[in-house]
Amino acid sequence: MSVILVIILGFCGGVVGGLLGVGGGIIFVPALVILLGDSQLEAESTSLLAIVPVAIAGVIRQRRYGNVRMRDGIMIGLLSIPGVAIGVLVSNAVPQRAVEVGFAGLLLVVAAQLVIRAMRAPREGEPEPADA
Amino acid sequence: MRLLKLTAIGVAAGAFSGLFGVGGGTVIVPLLILWFAYGEREATGTSLAAIMIIGAFGAFGQALHENVDYLDGVLIGIPAIGGIVAGTALQQRLPERSISLLFAALLVVVAIRMMLG
Repeated sequence: MSVILVIILGFCGGVVGGLLGVGGGIIFVPALVILLGDSQLEAESTSLLAIVPVAIAGVIRQRRYGNVRMRDGIMIGLLSIPGVAIGVLVSNAVPQRAVEVGFAGLLLVVAAQLVIRAMRAPREGEPEPADA
Repeated sequence: MRLLKLTAIGVAAGAFSGLFGVGGGTVIVPLLILWFAYGEREATGTSLAAIMIIGAFGAFGQALHENVDYLDGVLIGIPAIGGIVAGTALQQRLPERSISLLFAALLVVVAIRMMLG
């Protein structure tokens, strides 16, 4: 039963990934912990593995629709590697709880900015401003 | 300046990924929209390109520590491939503004989950 649920949640994670350009880890990690009894660390690691083919499939589809700026994407991907090292260092130096609350606050600020920007955007049917 | 911003996005996404075990799209998509004036669809497509690299490095590092459960990864990852093909197709039919609003909703959900711990 839980296997069927994992398959369904995997599919849902993919749909969210396709709609919003994320890997689906937000859904994979809790699904693996709750349904398959993985530890948090195991679930996060396994989720990273699952994300790779999902992202590749997404890029192939989005390229066809003309929505991928490959150079920027690869630059961000490569530049994130020192970021991971920094993240691991920080998580060992600062209480995890503080990191979580700090990041959560940051996400709320970003969410508010997205909403404000979307509200200012031209209505449907009007031409979008040219991308920089 | 452009390189500086790309570096900031990469480092922030990497830190987010290292800390919370996700791909970093939560950080990449809004910053591409807000800092580079990307269209929503472009931001999500480009984010996925970055995530392939971040995920591959992250999974490789964790595999060295034997933290990866391959069977579970296949179990959740294979249906997710079908899901992302469906999700991207659906996305092309949505107005870009609604993608921003959906993304903001996702950020609020993630933030609440993180605050609850």
